[in-house]
Amino acid sequence: MLEKALVGSKRYWTWIFVLLGIIGVAFLTYLQQLKYGLSITGLSRDVSWGFYIAQFTFLVGVAASAVMLVIPYYLHDYKKFGKIVILGEFLAIASVTMCMLFILADMGQPMRVMNVILHPTPNSVMFWDAVVLSGYLFINLVVGWTTLGAERKSVPPPTWVKPLIYLSVPWAVSIHTVTAFLYAGLPGRHLWLTAIMAARFLASAFAAGPALLIMLVMFVRRVSKFDAGTEAIQSLAKIVTYAMCANVFFFLLEVFTATYSNIPGHMAPLKYLFFGLDGHNALVPWMWTAAVLAFMGIGLLVNPLTRKNEKVLPIALLAVFISAWIDKGMGLVIGGFIPNMFERVTEYTPTGREIMITIGVYAIGSLVLTVLYKIAIAVKESTAGEASHH
Amino acid sequence: MYNGGKIIAGLAVFLAFFLFPFYYNLGKANARPELKTDTPAIREWAQKYGKKECVESKDFMRAEHMQLLNDWRDSVVRDGNRIYTNAEGRHHLMSLQNTCLNCHSNKKEFCDKCHNYMAVKPYCFNCHVEPKENKS
Amino acid sequence: MNRRQFLKIAGASTVLGLGGASAVNGFRLGVPAAARMSLDPRALTAKRWGFVVDVSRLRTEEDYQKCIDACHNIHNVPTFKNDLQHEVKWIWKENFEATFPGTEHEYMNAEFKEKKFLVFCNHCKEPACVRVCPTKATFKREDGIVMQDMHRCIGCRFCMAACPFGARSFNYLDPRGKNPDGSPLIRVQSQTYPTRTIGVVEKCIACYERLAIGQQPACVEASNGAILFGDLEDPNSEVRKVIGEKYTVRRKPELGTQPSIYYVIGGSEHA
Repeated sequence: MLEKALVGSKRYWTWIFVLLGIIGVAFLTYLQQLKYGLSITGLSRDVSWGFYIAQFTFLVGVAASAVMLVIPYYLHDYKKFGKIVILGEFLAIASVTMCMLFILADMGQPMRVMNVILHPTPNSVMFWDAVVLSGYLFINLVVGWTTLGAERKSVPPPTWVKPLIYLSVPWAVSIHTVTAFLYAGLPGRHLWLTAIMAARFLASAFAAGPALLIMLVMFVRRVSKFDAGTEAIQSLAKIVTYAMCANVFFFLLEVFTATYSNIPGHMAPLKYLFFGLDGHNALVPWMWTAAVLAFMGIGLLVNPLTRKNEKVLPIALLAVFISAWIDKGMGLVIGGFIPNMFERVTEYTPTGREIMITIGVYAIGSLVLTVLYKIAIAVKESTAGEASHH
Repeated sequence: MYNGGKIIAGLAVFLAFFLFPFYYNLGKANARPELKTDTPAIREWAQKYGKKECVESKDFMRAEHMQLLNDWRDSVVRDGNRIYTNAEGRHHLMSLQNTCLNCHSNKKEFCDKCHNYMAVKPYCFNCHVEPKENKS
Repeated sequence: MNRRQFLKIAGASTVLGLGGASAVNGFRLGVPAAARMSLDPRALTAKRWGFVVDVSRLRTEEDYQKCIDACHNIHNVPTFKNDLQHEVKWIWKENFEATFPGTEHEYMNAEFKEKKFLVFCNHCKEPACVRVCPTKATFKREDGIVMQDMHRCIGCRFCMAACPFGARSFNYLDPRGKNPDGSPLIRVQSQTYPTRTIGVVEKCIACYERLAIGQQPACVEASNGAILFGDLEDPNSEVRKVIGEKYTVRRKPELGTQPSIYYVIGGSEHA
């Protein structure tokens, strides 16, 4: 089926080569990082995880969100999602690929990565994260490829793939739960030490992931003959609405516990994020932007008039997506390190090179996604064409 | 055969690349390295015990020193062991920097010579400090 | 047997063959069967090593610096001028508020408020860093020392996120490099101890290399009695005697990591 990615319009190839160009520049930057170490990033002794790990965390959520299509379609036989479930699975593949690359980019000694397998350590959440992420990649590759292959031949997918599809449901939940456990089990990091972390992660994932998917589906409709259908888009938009409401609700629970208990350690990171601490306030504008976008997105999505308006819908989804990205891709990880273990504030800003490498990983993800979507849409266009001929 | 010409041309290009190292080095003299074991510490040892000897036999060390160093490393760092009792019952302190390089203080004429010849780049010396006389 | 079956069997036996070969390699020892590896008879041993830091005995700036230099010099710990972001340190000074966050108050006397404490890895009984390490590069030895295997560390920095005491440093830069002013980061290179390489995490390792040959940790030796070192499980050890006699505190005990450094704060005349 891969050959379908090799034929495309001029626009398609321009896009591919733009991505390859970005990847090339980012790779050169990464070679610098290999040589000069993570000193080329904005990371420090106090803020020892930053942009890379935050993107990883955010993208695990995007990957997990495929389950929001799999559950309705395969468990509840909601046929409207039949056409786009493959797009969700392929988005998951691209996201997990980026997750793994971000982990690799963040490692001080990437050539030793196999030590995780050579010395397996079940008491480390990081070990389990490696296990569930590679498992999730494998499941989605097999399921996505097999079901699409069957669709191409206009036959039902083989029966052996069904158990794998059912397995992908708890597995998707597991990847984001385990990722939340990376943070939620650490003593002394007050922002992270919260039982609701995994639930919050899932809620934000099920908002941001499907929001991105709808935007992609709407884009695909413009550039190809493939139309997912208004009802599928609207159903997915409702999922985004409820998930985002839960996400904001969970966050407000955190705010209540920290502020009403009045425990200084618990309040300090939230104070830093939204008001600044000891005169340091780099993230304040970002966090308020996220807050405004969250409420704006919810407002536009809850109201059926605006949600059903296909001009307004992408704006609402973009607001939700950016809000979740700021919350997880910046605030959560960096806020956990501020103040530091000595109650002092060391701020963190990603460097240009760090952002370049990050963009490069996103470019690789986009390339994977483009190729996979190209194949899926080519298959769908040809089967749709055949169907209309008969 | 469909596209026979293209396939044969492709194979030829592949073989040309694949065999490049062989004909590139064809006819070039590439003598095996002669390792020098002539250092003050080794001379002293030879004088004292009548012969040059390493922690294990020369043949064993030549073939297995990397594995032995791996085992030493794990034993020292992870189990706190320091003493190595070799196959003959002789004791040695397990330390790359303080035992191996104490005798082989001529790292450039010993370790590097063979490693360069074999084009292997052990990362031992990214951390472990090289003997002083080797510094230029 | 058709071609399909043949390929299946051939494939399976290849996989098994490779697996078998690697299993044999895994068990192969690099040392001859007759060789043994053992402790140095001079080695100091304990059930659980611990420290007592009596800050009342650290009076001048020099008293602190002697301990810090003793450690940092023999372990090739780099000194960063003005680049605190990438700093590497094993033992250093902190004020009361930073050492014991949450216990300071507005009416505290100035002497306490300004008093400096020596902080280093607590060698916790329940170390969070060990729990999270994905490669067992950091691990707890049977004698309680929390070790760091710099050969195995992949530089994921999970341990730095987990340690509640900020005891860990990451090599953002090559420790063999130079300060912006051209001076080497490692001021006096010790010939007997390795440096570290870029991209690994390091910290105080309780001078395991000195204990192994019967010596006390370097900071203890340089502290003129301000830092004591001994077996916390041995009721007759000096550390236990001091802990039994004086009021001691540990950093962030509420987190349950069970630090093995006990601080004597009040000074002997108040005890």
